[in-house]
Amino acid sequence: MLEQQLVNALSLGCVYALFALGFTLIFGVLGVVNLSHGAVFMVGAYAAEQAVVRFAFPLWGALLFAFVFCGTLGLLIDFLVLRPLRARSAPHLIPMIATIGVAIILNNGIQGIFGAQNLRFPSGLVSEDSLQLGNITLTALELGIILMSFVLMAVLLLTLKKTQLGRALRAIAESPKAAYLVGINVEGLFYLTSFAAAGLGGVAGVLIGLYSNALFPLMGQPMLHKGIAVIILGGMGDVRGALLGGLFLGFAEVLSVAYIGSSMRDAVAFGLLFLILLLRPKGLFGTLQERKV
Amino acid sequence: MDWFNNFWSVYSNLVLTVGTNALLALSIYLTLSCGMLAIANAAFMGIGAYTSAVLTMTYGLPFPLALLAGMVAPALMAFVIGKPTLRLSGVYLAMATLAFGEVVRIALLNAESVTGGALGLNGIAQSTQWWHVAVALLVTLALLWRLRRSKVGRAFESIKEDETAAGLMGIDVAAHKMLAFVLGGAIAGLAGGLNAHLTFFIGPNEYGFDRAVDILTMTILGGINSLVGPVVGALILTLLPELLRSFKDFRLVVNGIILVLIVLFLPKGIWDPERFRQLFNQWFRRGARKA
Repeated sequence: MLEQQLVNALSLGCVYALFALGFTLIFGVLGVVNLSHGAVFMVGAYAAEQAVVRFAFPLWGALLFAFVFCGTLGLLIDFLVLRPLRARSAPHLIPMIATIGVAIILNNGIQGIFGAQNLRFPSGLVSEDSLQLGNITLTALELGIILMSFVLMAVLLLTLKKTQLGRALRAIAESPKAAYLVGINVEGLFYLTSFAAAGLGGVAGVLIGLYSNALFPLMGQPMLHKGIAVIILGGMGDVRGALLGGLFLGFAEVLSVAYIGSSMRDAVAFGLLFLILLLRPKGLFGTLQERKV
Repeated sequence: MDWFNNFWSVYSNLVLTVGTNALLALSIYLTLSCGMLAIANAAFMGIGAYTSAVLTMTYGLPFPLALLAGMVAPALMAFVIGKPTLRLSGVYLAMATLAFGEVVRIALLNAESVTGGALGLNGIAQSTQWWHVAVALLVTLALLWRLRRSKVGRAFESIKEDETAAGLMGIDVAAHKMLAFVLGGAIAGLAGGLNAHLTFFIGPNEYGFDRAVDILTMTILGGINSLVGPVVGALILTLLPELLRSFKDFRLVVNGIILVLIVLFLPKGIWDPERFRQLFNQWFRRGARKA
């Protein structure tokens, strides 16, 4: 039983991590708590569903479409809403409130177009096969989710660690002004970050949409709350932390459902978060920096 | 007075909701004016609402006493969690208080024997009169106005500007922060108690993340440079969805667009005395030149 639970926890944790990556990337590079990330996640699921139903895209095509569609949406949000606020160097609360407005627009726009009822991906989109390893059953979907999440996360981590682009992004995270002074195209990298983060959020939306087989306009909201929990666990703006935090939350949730009861599932996530903040104010994997006199 | 009676029978709930929302906006304004981004106000509102509703329904306590208890309970809660939480600053404080809010919501959901669980509490006596809300709002405004001009209010402001410097000047930063947090909790609890005895029904999901964010949005949109700002913000955000009814399914989309536009074009909030003064000066000077 335990092994099976751990596998479920792994696939759930992977999706949390994937979602949180985009969230933490935007916080790290742009310094914005982007509360529209949950809505973008939901739009990703709807985009893929429409691509499959209307244009008969295969699964991989739908995933790619969701990535590009949400990436473009993220770019648009950055260009129309966040860029003007950056130009005016508004205090950090202001962009956060603006993204709440964006989330309201997206959530209600989708509800206006598709209605509040649940949509589903057509059956047979994902192979029903499953892998039997000892007493663990691993469905093709779970395997796909785990593999895909790890590939995407590895690509992102390697890009950040090893490439010139990653070094530039880390420089911006440290200080946009200093990065600009050493000749980094800060504005361009802000756009790129918005695109990639929203794209990752969209892909996470498709995966959760397939996993729970229900799309509805407010599906991003609980995810957003968990995303917040994850990036706090991992330390805000810390990509590795988001990964570990996502997996950690997945395991904590699944194990608490298995051993405490399903009603306490969300309480566990947020209770943990609350405790961790009190004990380690910069997250489990973060380092504390404080201004001292 | 006929038109007024008609208007009141249709819109009294809306008008009173503006009042309770203004109280909520003021409660978060108080912590913001002390430089803390604490978003536990929805939870404090919930604690106040449930405390007062349970007291009037189950124990038959008179409404004013229940209301008082609905202020004391969240204030006590704020005191208890304030000690460890208020050490955090900035986004971390926001997230910790938000997480606390979720824990409260889930606790309300699971303490079925007292709170009715997901079904909530039904059939709360509608004891809130319009003048209760008006008095509560006016007293709160007067209190906060007085506070702003007192030694404590100036201490809040210096903590907001620079915590370290305030501490060096001999201000007890931790105690002042705690005071703002506890007072904010009490005001939010008052709003919760009034609101619960207005709406007949309360459920745990009314006091979750979305409500917390709503309260913050009202205050920031209204502007946090004066006491008028939060009230104006509450007024506009409560009325806007009603005014946009003609957009039908897409009315909340328009609501969101207006929100974004306000943030983009009025970064200091709608109520910004400095901008008013500038506009007035411009207009006045132009007028003077013509003459």
